[in-house]
Amino acid sequence: MMLVTDILVTVITVYFFVKVLRTPSKEEPDSFSHNDSE
Amino acid sequence: MSSNTQSWGSRVGLVLAMAGNAVGLGNFLRFPVQAVQNGGGAFMIPYLVSFLVLGIPLLWIEWASGRFGGTKGDHSAPFIMNSMGKRSYWKYLGVFGIFTNIAVAAYYTYIESWTFSYVFHSVAQTFTGMSQTEVAQFFSSYVDISQSTTGLPYEAIWFYILVLWLNTWILSKGLEGGIEKVAKIGMPLLIIFGAFLAVRAFMLGDSGASPGCVECDAMLGFNFLWNPQFDSLSNPNVWLAAAGQIFFTLSVGMGTIHCYAAYVKSKDDIALNSMAAGWMNGFVEIVLGGSIVIPIAVGYLGLDWVKENAGFAMAFQTMPFLFTKWGAVLGSVAGVMWFGLLFFAGITSSLAMGSPWVAFMQDEFKFSLKKSAWTFGLVTLAAGLPTVFFYQEGVFDQYDYWAGTVGLVFFALVEAILFAWIWGIDKGWEEINRGADIVLPKFYKPILKYVTPSILLVIFTMSLVTPKGNDWKSAFTNGWEFDSSSIIGQIQNVDITYNREAIADVFVAEVDGVADVQSTEDETKIRVVHPTGEATVYAWDAEDAQPVVSTGQTIRAGDQIATGSFVNPIFYKHLARGILVVLFAFISGMVYVAYRRRILAQN
Repeated sequence: MMLVTDILVTVITVYFFVKVLRTPSKEEPDSFSHNDSE
Repeated sequence: MSSNTQSWGSRVGLVLAMAGNAVGLGNFLRFPVQAVQNGGGAFMIPYLVSFLVLGIPLLWIEWASGRFGGTKGDHSAPFIMNSMGKRSYWKYLGVFGIFTNIAVAAYYTYIESWTFSYVFHSVAQTFTGMSQTEVAQFFSSYVDISQSTTGLPYEAIWFYILVLWLNTWILSKGLEGGIEKVAKIGMPLLIIFGAFLAVRAFMLGDSGASPGCVECDAMLGFNFLWNPQFDSLSNPNVWLAAAGQIFFTLSVGMGTIHCYAAYVKSKDDIALNSMAAGWMNGFVEIVLGGSIVIPIAVGYLGLDWVKENAGFAMAFQTMPFLFTKWGAVLGSVAGVMWFGLLFFAGITSSLAMGSPWVAFMQDEFKFSLKKSAWTFGLVTLAAGLPTVFFYQEGVFDQYDYWAGTVGLVFFALVEAILFAWIWGIDKGWEEINRGADIVLPKFYKPILKYVTPSILLVIFTMSLVTPKGNDWKSAFTNGWEFDSSSIIGQIQNVDITYNREAIADVFVAEVDGVADVQSTEDETKIRVVHPTGEATVYAWDAEDAQPVVSTGQTIRAGDQIATGSFVNPIFYKHLARGILVVLFAFISGMVYVAYRRRILAQN
């Protein structure tokens, strides 16, 4: 039970976090200042 | 219109800050205890169901409300709700979105200061060579402000002020320069430290068992936590506990998510961001939180001990003792990691609690970031010092109950109704979907409208009238007596049977037994010894109390045992509640003034 739950939660968490990292930014002006010079 | 033009630095920074807002001490201390008390591994079923029908909808409601408010220049709950519900009272209901944060931050930063202090004590190997009792006693000494554990007078107060100052300083640096930086450092470190301790717990086995202790095995701890007791699923209290845990773990119902999301532009995603942050909290709670305290404690102290004693206090009163078993160096490193991760969990949450006030002062009174942050620090210090001075007298517990429990549930109920029914689910659904980087399942629309508000209404109603001992069946058949955990029970102070006057000139015994009077020149002490041999001890300064019983005298509960001048615990309850009412009224007053300024500015 623990193994199944831990693996499931880890996989889902990594999935959403990686999706955030890989999704391209919206066109400027967006909400984030780090990419403003691009 | 607000001159508050801050922005997040990066999307990852925003997600980590939101996850940090959610991840707190409860991920490591509350979740495991709730799980063992409510069916072990089977608890995950109501937990995950609650996450899907209560947690995720509330996250979307708060992110969407916040981002919507931000488009109008509103970055805190009062005027966010004002623009969603046209009637004038919505902004005053929105006051909870600032009040709850100040009231909770007042005592939460105190706990944070404990973790900060304990990092230093871990480095200094203070606990090396101490017995379990001595480690527990060390904590009692630490929170007794008249004592010092480092030689520094009033140590607990200084650390509290230091941590509040640190929060204020970071808040004064703003979203990108302050909060986001802390999240980008703190959250990865928290996960690394947690993973280290979880792996250590997995490897512990029975190597920590004392001679003859067959129940001292970390694996037993894992099994205890995760072994599913499926018959618990038919107990409604288990479902209520799961819903409550989801509620508190996600930090919904506070107004912090609204504030952070208010700095997101309407074309940028909130749906995927909220899922990433929400699941990261779930990972820290389930995978890390579920793998540290209970297994390690069982590995050294046995299953029976943990079943009886599992709770919040273990973090400070038990874990330092257990770490010393790993040797001086590894024990010190483990202590730094444990209290370090609790500190990061705490500070990322307390910074979120400071943000709505800071945003409100910038938006409505054009305060600078620095001035807004400093006013937060000062107001929180003023509200928090009573929790420090009167910790043993229960002021802390009152703040935690009214702001940290009731306030959250009430505000979440109100905002869910506002979002789905007053503003309207069509507008709400459109808002959540705007800019979304994931496809939202359409069945969530009726969940947002009907299921989530209904669950919240049930939770709130049940909290209002919880019957004694949580025995609902008996209450319906044998008459309703309110439990002390119910809102009505709290208002009626049902947990206090005797000495119900705040200030009195007589004191009565609260238990049956035989008197043992041990007075000295400076102190009047009366022990009431029960037939079991245990004793309830009452002690006062000699000038305040004179005994009216003698040693050997049989005492019944309710019998007078002393005369003089007594400040009873109920006084501190009233004090705490009075402070909270004044705080709420103060913030409401500021909302009113802000509203009048807006009217004047328009004319």
